[in-house]
Amino acid sequence: MTQVSMTVNGVAASGDVEGRTLLVSFLRDQLELTGTHVGCDTSQCGACVVHVNGEAVKSCTMLALEAEGAEVSTIEGQAAPDGTLNTIQQAFQDHHGLQCGFCTPGMVMSAAALLKENPKPSEAEIRDYLEGNICRCTGYHNIVKAIMAASGQDVSAIAAE
Amino acid sequence: MPKDHGIGASPKRREDIRFLSGTGNYTDDINLRGQAYVHFLRSDVAHGKINGINTEAAAGMPGVLRIFTGADFEGVGSIPCGWQITDKHGQPMQEPAHPVLAQGKVRHVGDPIAAVVAESAAQARDAAEAIELDIEELPAVVNMKAALEEGATKVHDDLTSNLCYDWGFVEENKPAVEEAFQKAAHVTTLELVNNRLVANPMEPRVAVGDFNRASGDSTLYTTSQNPHVIRLLMGAFVLGIPEHKLRVVAPDVGGGFGTKIFHYAEEAFCTFAAKALNRPVKWTSSRSEAFISDAHGRDHVTKIELALDSDNNFIALRTDTMANMGAYLSTFAPSVPTWLHGTLMAGNYKTPLIYVNVKAVFTNTVPVDAYRGAGRPEATYQLERVIDKAARELGVDPIALRRQNFITEFPYATPVAVEYDTGDYHATMDKLEEMADFKGFAKRREASAAKGKLRGLGMNCYIEACGIAPSNLVGQLGARAGLYESATVRVNATGGLVVMTGSHSHGQGHETSFPQVIAEMIGIDESMVEIVHGDTARTPMGMGTYGSRSLAVGGSAMFRATEKIIAKAKKIAAHLMEAADADIELKDGAFSVAGTDKSVAWGDVCLAAYVPHNYPLEEIEPGLEETAFYDPSNFTYPSGAYACEVEVDPETGKVTIERFSAADDFGNVVNPMIVEGQVHGGLAQGIGQALLEGAVYDENGQLLNASYMDYAMPRASDVPFYQVDHSCATPCTHNPLGVKGCGEAGAIGSPPAVVNAVIDALQSAGRDVTHIDMPLSPSRVWQAMHG
Repeated sequence: MTQVSMTVNGVAASGDVEGRTLLVSFLRDQLELTGTHVGCDTSQCGACVVHVNGEAVKSCTMLALEAEGAEVSTIEGQAAPDGTLNTIQQAFQDHHGLQCGFCTPGMVMSAAALLKENPKPSEAEIRDYLEGNICRCTGYHNIVKAIMAASGQDVSAIAAE
Repeated sequence: MPKDHGIGASPKRREDIRFLSGTGNYTDDINLRGQAYVHFLRSDVAHGKINGINTEAAAGMPGVLRIFTGADFEGVGSIPCGWQITDKHGQPMQEPAHPVLAQGKVRHVGDPIAAVVAESAAQARDAAEAIELDIEELPAVVNMKAALEEGATKVHDDLTSNLCYDWGFVEENKPAVEEAFQKAAHVTTLELVNNRLVANPMEPRVAVGDFNRASGDSTLYTTSQNPHVIRLLMGAFVLGIPEHKLRVVAPDVGGGFGTKIFHYAEEAFCTFAAKALNRPVKWTSSRSEAFISDAHGRDHVTKIELALDSDNNFIALRTDTMANMGAYLSTFAPSVPTWLHGTLMAGNYKTPLIYVNVKAVFTNTVPVDAYRGAGRPEATYQLERVIDKAARELGVDPIALRRQNFITEFPYATPVAVEYDTGDYHATMDKLEEMADFKGFAKRREASAAKGKLRGLGMNCYIEACGIAPSNLVGQLGARAGLYESATVRVNATGGLVVMTGSHSHGQGHETSFPQVIAEMIGIDESMVEIVHGDTARTPMGMGTYGSRSLAVGGSAMFRATEKIIAKAKKIAAHLMEAADADIELKDGAFSVAGTDKSVAWGDVCLAAYVPHNYPLEEIEPGLEETAFYDPSNFTYPSGAYACEVEVDPETGKVTIERFSAADDFGNVVNPMIVEGQVHGGLAQGIGQALLEGAVYDENGQLLNASYMDYAMPRASDVPFYQVDHSCATPCTHNPLGVKGCGEAGAIGSPPAVVNAVIDALQSAGRDVTHIDMPLSPSRVWQAMHG
């Protein structure tokens, strides 16, 4: 066991981990931040996306020890302290961008990373960027719409509610 | 102005707040004090005899608490099947035993052989690698046709063959169908495969077993669509635990799509082991395990023949299907290719004579059971494909051919034993023609051609039977369960309501939509209604959520319970206002006496029920809580018309979906936003089936694409924005809400439209391609073009 220390959602966190412990396991099992999910074991689904030093990372593909000293941000850190959802989270609710909610944390974290590098992405750019995030419920329609809306684009012309 | 509350409004989903802020409570988020972890050692061969399992080295590994094998489960029941089919000779289907852990033989890759319970998940996994297996590999039976041949290796030695059943429907129709085919002016024949799919809800299955030594009660937390069904099946048939000593909790569940209906061995194991070890035992499936242990879907091989007269009227239909059951009978597996498939073969058409034959086959593959649509997509696909092929052969417009044969009068009794209560197939087709802009297609085709792409337009209709179903009917058909739903409505003294429902929400948004119904009935704010589901200790007996039944059946139970609440509340109000019961009206959350200005608020009546100082105690009991069980008198029959436009790249065979339009008749709609979301999701799964997905076994029974690296799940860039519409509504006539169900329509209705569109694209370029089996991968399309 080795001690690992990092900042998670602005709070110092540390714990003893095995060399093989994945960042996602550290977050879920030791810090009890269970909002980050594990949907596959081949780094494909993106339910585990968090931000490490501002970059979107699949936390199932990174060892906890590799995050030593890092600033980690998870879905639990996205809303304001009073619970007010951030712009992306709110857009997902407004546009029904989630159903079962399992892929949602990863989708929100990926969307945040996308909008940071591309503040007004086109539909095609959004779909392309989400290549590493799988959703089985929504058919992506309302996820893409929510991200467009979160970026300030008018989505009223897009079909459906 | 759209409504802003009640039935027909689209309030934001209340459950979203917890899902969006990472505070959902999925089964894997549950960790109990003292919890141990299990790892299942699974067979890596499809068929083999277990000669020995040496667990000695593994048992001594760090953290290992105990290793279980099949021998530990000899006194335990078999995982039961919930539906018995009677074959065409009146004999019951062949029903093999399904042990919790393999006994004597392994029958598919993924069959659990041993279970290591350890202090940590990693230790359990490490120790499982140290178990020495002596398995004599036997020839695997993978192909259904080969499995049915004389002398084929048997999946189950104690059965007479690999044939589970040979079902004829309706057997008495067969001679008349044969005769009609002989008289037909034209017969169109199509052989096709309905590809095997893996449901793949994003949340893998998880089970946590717990045992309370003080009370002797067992609790199972599990990723289920129907916790009461699991309690009944596991308690009564596998572990012998009476229902009052067993609690099953299905908390937030990350998607189901059918595969979380069934009772699985891992659930029984965790419940059993928790008692044996006196510690909670948790299992979390990896995605790799999910591919080889979650029940798969579809996997039919079909020959369909459509007979038409000289005026292009459909006069008879005949189908011959082999349906893969896999190695064991999953909970509802036998019903899918039979009652959920054969009864839908009339589709939207007045074909007078239909005969359906289905042979269900055991193979050394993962069990196959219901997946979104379950039987109805298989029926729709073959029917709508053969109609399209017939239109091409006859040189007639595929829409006109369909319209000519539409059922137009309701109720309509089909020749395959169901009675459609309502529908208006011309209306949804009219709507589709408008939405999909068929008139503009020629121009779009020209634009595609200018880019070197072939554009195709495909459409189809669908009908489905939802809201399963009258218990007395399904009992006659072989169901070993009733299929009602229940609800308890508890009104608190301060006027708020808690509704305990047997329906389960795993993405459908019941916590938002169900209160819309109740709030509208009473005239109060939706925030006063809370929905409780997913816990057998907190809700009355329920049958759960599948087959698009939650609102049609569960919602009707809530409706009836709320009616009882209102009836009692009116008596209380009448007493308070010294009026006759019959004169009391409820509107906008207040009771009034007709023709007077006397009124008493909802909250005051509720308070009186619990503080009965001024109360008709000689007439009614205090309290305001009612339960209703609703058993539907018929299925519901959602229907619709779908259109797809594709572009095919002739250089590579790659198909892209350019437009998809869906016109559905769901009857009345409670929450349009949620309904449209359900359709979107179904469309993506149907498009996935048509273009991308398909579980592939090699001849040795190895699943070749058992990961997201290999099994092509639809991604955001594989699908377009969809156009959906549900304005053509013919309300269901036999449930109080007039609702039909919307959860599966998209997955049922979309595959034929996609395939019809690709065929249209290829034929437009002069390619004589009449069929390509799904998934229409670039290689398959390219080969068909150059074949």
